[in-house]
Amino acid sequence: MKRRTFIQQSTAATALVTLGGFGFQSCNSIIKTRKITILHTNDVHSHIDAFGPDDAKNANQGGVARRATLVQNIRNENPNTLLLDAGDIFQGTPYFNYYGGELEFKLMSKMKYDAATIGNHDFDNGIDGLYAQLPHANFKFLSANYNFKNTVMDTHVKPYHVFIKDGIKIGVFGLGVKLDGLVDKKMYKETEYLDPIEIASDMSRILKEEEACDLIICLSHLGYYYSKDAKKVCDLMLAKATKNIDLIIGGHTHTFLPKPTVAQNSEGKNVLVNQVGCYGINLGRIDFYFDAEKNKTANGTSIIV
Amino acid sequence: MVISKIEGKQIGIKDSLAINQEFENEIAPYRARLQEDMNTIISYAPKTYSKTDGDLNTAIGNLMADIVFKQGNSIFNKRTNKNIDAVILNHGGIRSIISEGNITTETAFQVMPFENSIVVVALKGQQIDSMMQYLSKAKKAHPVQGITLTLDKDYSISEALIQGKPIIKDKTYYLATNDYLYDGGDSMLFFKPNDTTYYLNYKIRNAMIDYFKKVDTINPKIDNRFTQTR
Repeated sequence: MKRRTFIQQSTAATALVTLGGFGFQSCNSIIKTRKITILHTNDVHSHIDAFGPDDAKNANQGGVARRATLVQNIRNENPNTLLLDAGDIFQGTPYFNYYGGELEFKLMSKMKYDAATIGNHDFDNGIDGLYAQLPHANFKFLSANYNFKNTVMDTHVKPYHVFIKDGIKIGVFGLGVKLDGLVDKKMYKETEYLDPIEIASDMSRILKEEEACDLIICLSHLGYYYSKDAKKVCDLMLAKATKNIDLIIGGHTHTFLPKPTVAQNSEGKNVLVNQVGCYGINLGRIDFYFDAEKNKTANGTSIIV
Repeated sequence: MVISKIEGKQIGIKDSLAINQEFENEIAPYRARLQEDMNTIISYAPKTYSKTDGDLNTAIGNLMADIVFKQGNSIFNKRTNKNIDAVILNHGGIRSIISEGNITTETAFQVMPFENSIVVVALKGQQIDSMMQYLSKAKKAHPVQGITLTLDKDYSISEALIQGKPIIKDKTYYLATNDYLYDGGDSMLFFKPNDTTYYLNYKIRNAMIDYFKKVDTINPKIDNRFTQTR
């Protein structure tokens, strides 16, 4: 692979980000390391086909049938894989105008997506248009800060889900962007938007304390960061204001990051924030390695991005 | 179990990746049906039209506003016996050029991918004034029809007419736009409050397709509807 591997440095003294102290090397590191792979997309916007050869910007990039090959290769390598989407599945090509999102959901189901959160454009055919396509979706819809109680989506969206892979408990919850001013009220109807940071604090507590998750992931459609509106809630703000979240998978701002961002949470611990642009041009991949508690205190958590 | 190591990266979906044939087979019938329609030739463009060709009005923008006027008014008039006086759309809403050559259904989808529909709003003359002020401050070729707006070299309004006549303060005018702008998109806040709102449930893109089907060769031009005197 030609990809350059960046070593994230949080202090000048260490090459790796180290959470634990430099204790003595554990003597009995017999317990095998387990590996969970998280794959993710965002803002695919109905880009079923790859860009054409004449596209000025993204020629020959993307395409669901190619992404399927890549995902299958990774699953073959590590069956303990979750495939997630951070919203805006809909709108952007005539596939959506014609079929209303049916093919998008069918292909995501076929690719065995585990969960998606709901983006603003997923309301583009109204909340009824989203509801109408649910029979084609074989994956979970997660959103903790949209209250769908008085809408047709009630009971079809859960705030979070706990996945278990190789004995590791992975808690995933979803967050959506403020709809007022962005989406016509006629479209989202009685969907209620709740404060994402408050909700994220509740979710991470529930997932950590009540569900005893080993890994906590937030699927967010809040946007990575708004340089022209620094007060607007975004993934970087969310990372800073909360605790116990290990990974924030973002969307909405179509942000192409050169590499995942390592942010610090309210306790000064590392949180990974990632987003992979848009239109299915990239697939994000985060591998989490798990060890027994005592090994960790010896070695710390290294983050290689 | 605790996390000991994290590795993160991004993998490009490049054409070096093989196409999964099962997925391809699932997509194929949808694509075929789509292409059948998308490739249907519905009109002809004698030249290429871009929203960047022109100062305060462009040929492609004038075409869009004229289409909303013509197609929208035929429905509005049938339903209400009234006529649309003016149209305003937004420059940003023109999402693609129209290339010289055949116009296909896909052209309409490229220029107008969104599902926005035509809305007609009953507004008093004062609000038409506010719209003129908005246009003079925006200094942008927002597509318009039915008005004549002339700015001086400082972008101040030197003449503002509707249907060729001065704006009468208390008169009710029927202004057509789309539901996105009506709801405050592009900070067009002059639509509210209003006497009545008529939702035509007619998508702008469908209005374009219907128009293209009727017209053998389009011939939009830059004109004097929105100009600046130097």
